Amino acid sequence: MEITFEHVTHSYNPNSPTANLGLDDVSFKIQDKKFTAIVGQTGSGKSTLVRHINALLKPTSGTITVGDRVITPETNNKNLKPLRKQVGMVFQFPESQLFEDTVEKDIMFGPMNFGASADDARESAHKMIKLVGLDESLLEQSPFDLSGGQMRRVAIAGVLASDPETIILDEPTAGLDPVGRQEIMDLFKSLQQDGKTIILITHNMDDVANYAEEMAVIHRGKLIAQGIPQEVFNNQELLKEDLLTLPKSAAFAKELTEKGFSFEKLPITINELGTEIEQQLNGD
Amino acid sequence: MGRYLPGDSLVYRLDPRGKFLLTFYFVGIVFLANNVASYAFLLAFVIFAVFLSKINFGFFLKGLKPVFWLILFTVALQLLFTPSANPLWHWGIFTFSKEGLVIAGYIFIRFILIIFISTLLTLTTTPIEISDSIESILKPLKKIKFPVTQVALMLSIALRFVPLLVDETTKIMDAQRARGVDFGEGGLIKRIKSFVPILIPLFVSSFSIAYDLAIAMESRGYKDGEGRSKYRVLSWDRRDNIMVIFMAAVTGILLFLRSY
Ligand SMILES: Nc1ncnc2c1ncn2[C@@H]1O[C@H](COP(=O)(O)OP(=O)(O)OP(=O)(O)O)[C@@H](O)[C@H]1O
Ligand SMILES: [Mg+2]
Repeated sequence: MEITFEHVTHSYNPNSPTANLGLDDVSFKIQDKKFTAIVGQTGSGKSTLVRHINALLKPTSGTITVGDRVITPETNNKNLKPLRKQVGMVFQFPESQLFEDTVEKDIMFGPMNFGASADDARESAHKMIKLVGLDESLLEQSPFDLSGGQMRRVAIAGVLASDPETIILDEPTAGLDPVGRQEIMDLFKSLQQDGKTIILITHNMDDVANYAEEMAVIHRGKLIAQGIPQEVFNNQELLKEDLLTLPKSAAFAKELTEKGFSFEKLPITINELGTEIEQQLNGD
Repeated sequence: MGRYLPGDSLVYRLDPRGKFLLTFYFVGIVFLANNVASYAFLLAFVIFAVFLSKINFGFFLKGLKPVFWLILFTVALQLLFTPSANPLWHWGIFTFSKEGLVIAGYIFIRFILIIFISTLLTLTTTPIEISDSIESILKPLKKIKFPVTQVALMLSIALRFVPLLVDETTKIMDAQRARGVDFGEGGLIKRIKSFVPILIPLFVSSFSIAYDLAIAMESRGYKDGEGRSKYRVLSWDRRDNIMVIFMAAVTGILLFLRSY
């Protein structure tokens, strides 16, 4: 499903002295079946932005279109289930949503709410626990006896189990070990290759460079750049103003330019960087 | 009552201890009013105080909302059940009379006075200031070995936790909504059941926050008792004295109007 934001503004606590613009006139498109990364500093409004996609927040003004569903300030809280079934959301620190007495029941919770039969939900739970890289034997355990990383995976499985078409990930790998984070990121990439739309909020620019096809930069509630990562990371203005940091490979390439290398465009992944260096070394 | 509203005006700058005690004092003297003149005078005083706070009147009306039904019920009770020698209207156990009307009116104004003045206190005083005030007011009890500092600490931690728990609750509710929970839909049983997915994570995270806080305090060497200095120092100055004198004058006028 294509997701369109049109002049979306969101104000927290409107009409009070503590009013706070979470989003300020944001217009952009998130393309169907693509992997889109959303980046920006802490408090820039990334979480606020994505919460509009499944109508957890309503815009103060403007409209959001998700497939054929339109969300406006007047949208009420009735009949949102179909939308929330289509748009799955993994929250920042999703382990705080676990509550059932077994992992299996917790993963089944989402699908059952969206009308799946117990048998289908159970089947889905068994499939998802393996998908997120955990052993099936954990299904019988209490979610509160798991480690933080395992909890995170169970929570992710619980969202994937409802088979959403669009998956929103709010810093899903924060606090995971390096191997774990790569496994999880690879999982999201493979889900996208199976035809899902992935929206990833992250502070890790290497993940953006390695996995995303599109990226959007948010600053103080405003959308300040959008495009393919290769282009955005070469946007000199953003870099000069410190509104964006570079992936490691690009930062390395930038330092190389001081040593006589020259890049038409900064390579953003390790592979691109390797190829470029090789070419330039062999070239002269 | 309301949540603290950041702002700046004379009422904000008063010493919280004074505000706290005088609010209770005022709630006490509300019950001294006994005729139209005295109620009108107290109402004028509260409106004046609201005016001094420079806070939008709407916030005070909001304070009435949670007790709206209680007020309506009490007022209706007085209207329909006040016994009278010459009722205007009588039906079964119900009596409607002029006396009933007057008493209901007084009770209604009493509610308004008490709610507005306590809303004024909570809107202009942070919870931390209130707990500091309570600590300062209870200090004499140290002589009889009452653990004042511990109680004050418990109070301020509890207060500190309220916004944290509110945020945590919204977060958990959002996460469960995203997994297809509809809060406030369906029958009573279904509604009650829909709170289980909130309450359990909320308990789990409150315990873990409490546990982490305790560890963090101990590892930074927290020790209660003698010799702890204070970060927030309360200061009582001239305007607070003026406030007390003003309140004494209000009491004097009230006593005069009572027998008027
Ligand atoms: N419930 C709320 N009430 C009031 N203001 C809020 C609320 N939630 C967020 N804000 C404010 O809105 C702004 C954007 O917050 P948001 O959570 O969207 O940031 P973010 O980009 O997700 O940050 P992070 O990277 O830290 O997760 C911040 O200034 C924040 O203080
Ligand atoms: Mg966020």
